[in-house]
Amino acid sequence: MKLLNNFVGWVDDRFPLLDTWKEHLSEYYAPKNFNFWYFFGSLSLLVLVIQIVSGIFLTMSYKPDALLAFASVEYIMRDVQWGWLLRYVHSTGASMFFVVVYLHMFRGMIYGSYRKPRELLWIIGVVIYLALMAEAFMGYLLPWGQMSFWGAQVIVNLFSSVPFIGNDLSVLIRGDYVISDATLNRFFALHVAAIPLVLAGIVFVHIVALHKVGSNNPDGIEIKKNKGADGHPLDGIPFHPYYTVKDIVAVVVFLIIFCAIVFFSPDMGGYFLEANNFIPANPMQTPAHISPVWYFTPYYAILRAVPPMFGSQFPGVIAMGIGAIAVVFLPWLDRGKVKSVRYRGPIYKLFLASFVISFVGLGYLGMMPVTPTYTLMSRVLSVVYFAFFILMPWYTKIDKCKPEPDRVTFK
Amino acid sequence: MILIKKLSMMVLLMLVPALVLANEGGVHLDKAPGNLNDQASLQRGAQFFTANCLACHSANYMRYNRLLDIGMSEDEIKKMLPEGSKLGSTMKAMMDAESAKTAFGVAPPDLSVEARARGVDWVYTYLRSFYTDSNRPSGVNNLVFPGVGMPNILAAYQGEQALQVENHDGHEVKMLKLVNPGSMTAAQYDATVGDLVNYLDFMSEPAKLVRHKLGYIVIGFLFLLLILTYALKKEFWKDIH
Repeated sequence: MKLLNNFVGWVDDRFPLLDTWKEHLSEYYAPKNFNFWYFFGSLSLLVLVIQIVSGIFLTMSYKPDALLAFASVEYIMRDVQWGWLLRYVHSTGASMFFVVVYLHMFRGMIYGSYRKPRELLWIIGVVIYLALMAEAFMGYLLPWGQMSFWGAQVIVNLFSSVPFIGNDLSVLIRGDYVISDATLNRFFALHVAAIPLVLAGIVFVHIVALHKVGSNNPDGIEIKKNKGADGHPLDGIPFHPYYTVKDIVAVVVFLIIFCAIVFFSPDMGGYFLEANNFIPANPMQTPAHISPVWYFTPYYAILRAVPPMFGSQFPGVIAMGIGAIAVVFLPWLDRGKVKSVRYRGPIYKLFLASFVISFVGLGYLGMMPVTPTYTLMSRVLSVVYFAFFILMPWYTKIDKCKPEPDRVTFK
Repeated sequence: MILIKKLSMMVLLMLVPALVLANEGGVHLDKAPGNLNDQASLQRGAQFFTANCLACHSANYMRYNRLLDIGMSEDEIKKMLPEGSKLGSTMKAMMDAESAKTAFGVAPPDLSVEARARGVDWVYTYLRSFYTDSNRPSGVNNLVFPGVGMPNILAAYQGEQALQVENHDGHEVKMLKLVNPGSMTAAQYDATVGDLVNYLDFMSEPAKLVRHKLGYIVIGFLFLLLILTYALKKEFWKDIH
């Protein structure tokens, strides 16, 4: 024990070890009234680690080569020791990453975590989300199945609809005129090196920003307004040990769900692993029905909902892009007097409910083949989706809010 | 305004079941009778597969020694090996891809993961849905896969089927009728195809045999861990009021 203390002392003289520990864990005061919704931040971090670790091991056996990629994935599934487990952990992790991140973002929306002083924290979060989408999109090409190939073909073709520079832009992304070996190689490089580095960096910045402004809570009030004699918030508790032990329970529950998928239903009925992706990529044969993985389908539905204008798909691409980043504007769209949905009026709640329905509905429609009914539905839901954002300054202002409590609710 | 919103929401909610029901029709698929715990069935399927399917198709990702997983002995596997193959060799087609393409117009697909790509019910129904069609170069067509390039090499077992279109209350129902029996009865043929599809299911993901068993152990452990971590949380949070 003395030896350990001496060693910590030696390090601490040269690196702010104890200060870092205190500032971010043992003396980071978090509101004591966190509920279910507050698990998804730490769970996102857990999934990031799972993806990095399983990804590193997959990289050891995967071959980023158009002629070898599909076979190398089957090699991992059959001949590599525990390769099937690594692969399923990674493929399940990809979908579960979006599950926890969507829930984490929704938490921020319902409790107004994007409001002052957390605007920058929110923006950094949206940047993480965009990086995650890029990471997932490029990773999906690597198994080199039919859906990998044609999904990438469809998405990269979207860039060619950009006026004037579109064709050059899409060639730049692909490194070729079609999705090919060159595309696979650059997507591999971006997927395993570039974007993970960016992700790790901005996740770090996200946490530093969080610890600067302090966590919001389900009541949407600032715990720093009520401080005790010791200078710590009266409604705050040290993150360690209280939230570390609480989050561990959530981690175990999450792992039970995660493992149930990995061991019993890694395909998740075609939502996590599409059946068509077990057919090797074939540039000569277009599948009858191409749809992206579930986490992209809400935006894909918006893309298809917008009719081509002046013979160009570009307006749909713009709508899809704005749809994906719309949440970044929330800090400046929300004019409500309160942050949390608990004290909001009925109009806000109605718009929030219609937003959820539109997002889930669009997600469903994005997986379905195009029919006139579905297109009409997609258009209606796209309007509902954007109405949530565009009308927000108006409806949050006129809404009748309930008074916020002075202290957090904790039973 | 609120009323309009509420009404439109109600309409949307009511539309959801209709959307689900509006799923595409397609051909009805029979349920494959597979059971991956039935080693005898898997072994019969493996014998049938290597004796019949490997004539034209390959299973390039499947190694012969993987058949140990379904309870076959090394000696049994050695008897199945084609000339020049070892226990660790992958399952190659007897016919080379080029001449197969010339013969059938399309190269026979590799079957390693076919059951995963198509689904076991599709394969089970497909192998039982060939019928005589003089318009096709192979002389046969398939209900599940119209214009299929594969000849019905299983006709010797199943016999020949003819297409019958019946009118049921204004709906056209396509049915297949056995016109020329093969070496097996209908029940025998269905059981044989069932074994084959069971084997194809195993071959498409050999890890399936272990992952279920392992899953119960892992999740059992996690439930124990849950009890402990929950007790830990309770203990620490006692002093928070």
